[in-house]
Amino acid sequence: MPNNKIGGHYSQAYDEELQQAVERLMQMAQLAQQQLTDALTAFTSADVALAQQVKDFDRRVNNFEVDIDEHCLDILARRQPAASDLRLVLAVLKSINDVERIGDLAKRIAKALLKEEADSRPATSQLDALAEMGQKVLQMLQRALAAFEQIDAQAALAVLREDKAIDDDYARILQHSLSSMMDDAKQISVSMQISQVAKALERVGDHSRNICEHAIFLSLGRNVSHLSDEELQQVVDKKRR
Amino acid sequence: MSNSAPVKISATDVKVFYGDNQALHGISMDVYQNEVISFIGPSGCGKSTFLRCMNRMNDTIEHCRVTGSILLDGRDIHEPALDVVQLRAQVGMVFQKPNPFPKSIYENIAYGPKLHGLAERKADLDDIVESSLRRAGLWNEVKDRLDQPGTGLSGGQQQRLCIARSIAVSPEVILMDEPCSALDPIATSIIEELIDELKQNFTIVIVTHNMQQAARVSDRTAFFHLGNLIEIGNTNDVFTNPQQKRTEDYITGRYG
Repeated sequence: MPNNKIGGHYSQAYDEELQQAVERLMQMAQLAQQQLTDALTAFTSADVALAQQVKDFDRRVNNFEVDIDEHCLDILARRQPAASDLRLVLAVLKSINDVERIGDLAKRIAKALLKEEADSRPATSQLDALAEMGQKVLQMLQRALAAFEQIDAQAALAVLREDKAIDDDYARILQHSLSSMMDDAKQISVSMQISQVAKALERVGDHSRNICEHAIFLSLGRNVSHLSDEELQQVVDKKRR
Repeated sequence: MSNSAPVKISATDVKVFYGDNQALHGISMDVYQNEVISFIGPSGCGKSTFLRCMNRMNDTIEHCRVTGSILLDGRDIHEPALDVVQLRAQVGMVFQKPNPFPKSIYENIAYGPKLHGLAERKADLDDIVESSLRRAGLWNEVKDRLDQPGTGLSGGQQQRLCIARSIAVSPEVILMDEPCSALDPIATSIIEELIDELKQNFTIVIVTHNMQQAARVSDRTAFFHLGNLIEIGNTNDVFTNPQQKRTEDYITGRYG
């Protein structure tokens, strides 16, 4: 769906090039999301074949990154974009880094299963907790991407705040893993795996948060990285007035 | 450019009429000392008209009427006692097409200082010619052929000759109206580099259609549209995050 905040140039080809940058970012993100979904399914259901596939497909996400990078470089070299167009190209360039890292994290989750020893599966309650956290993370990522695509600072701000709940989930799972390690030394290996997967999910939350920050930069022209939530709110409110 | 720099030119509610046709609809702005400020906007937006108000070049156009006030160092440039020739020495101008006099390179530079009585002896005049050509970055290229016609130089050299000519009368402000539009990219780069050096000593106001040039050379940028000043701000801000939609549309190449 063409975004009318991007179009409207005298040069239709330029409209299309900018639109393409966003579309390809969304395609790349869709692939990374699928990788993450598959990695979680593989881990929670001990599906080794699926885990192997996630590992193998990571290259596709990486290829997207290179392709979009070159596309943006072309736009910079040939169009010398200014104002919102310049911010769009920069925001896409920054976001592909985050999406590429999300792909890496999906691979890390898949590898956690592949490394698992055959006789030691996590308890169902642990897997459920991970699956639940995973759903939250996937939803946050999905909404971060939608806010970016719509260039909607308000929506991005709302999504960005969801990161707190994910950090809380991570702290809870980590705490739980630590106590089970202390209770039973045989649980150490499994609990380590659980913590690693939870850590990967927590990092996906951080990257989704970054994508929201890029969306706010794109929309408002303000660099909001490293601002507190209250400061962020002020930036977004000020622009709305 | 911080607002703490002294104000060099202060314009208030400047309106310009060509006969019944109003070209400027009340422009107010301050130009700070030693800044480079660019005026951008589509053809007919009034940017050149406003530039030409700053040294009363519009006086030369019949049926042209200017209202409002323009202060140079706090003094009204329209006050009757003011000597316009003196004003134009203080506020020099470089035009779109290089326009050297049909005289030698030396005479092109020496003409102004002689007219304004800035040199008593030949040696003083020689000094002014050399220092002006040096400041315009042209000395090494022409020092061995000062007696040859200025019109024999390349376009970029001619434009630097015109800049040297305006420097020779010790101006405070240099107005440039599309100074690079007739030049190739190398000559353009040389002039842009020169602008950067000149701002140590002068205040520079430049009208340009080349937005990248405005982005490269100026501290502040002002966007004009249909005879109005739409937006003025730090060049970085104007080119990354303009506050007005019309500015955004213009610099990104969108229909307004």
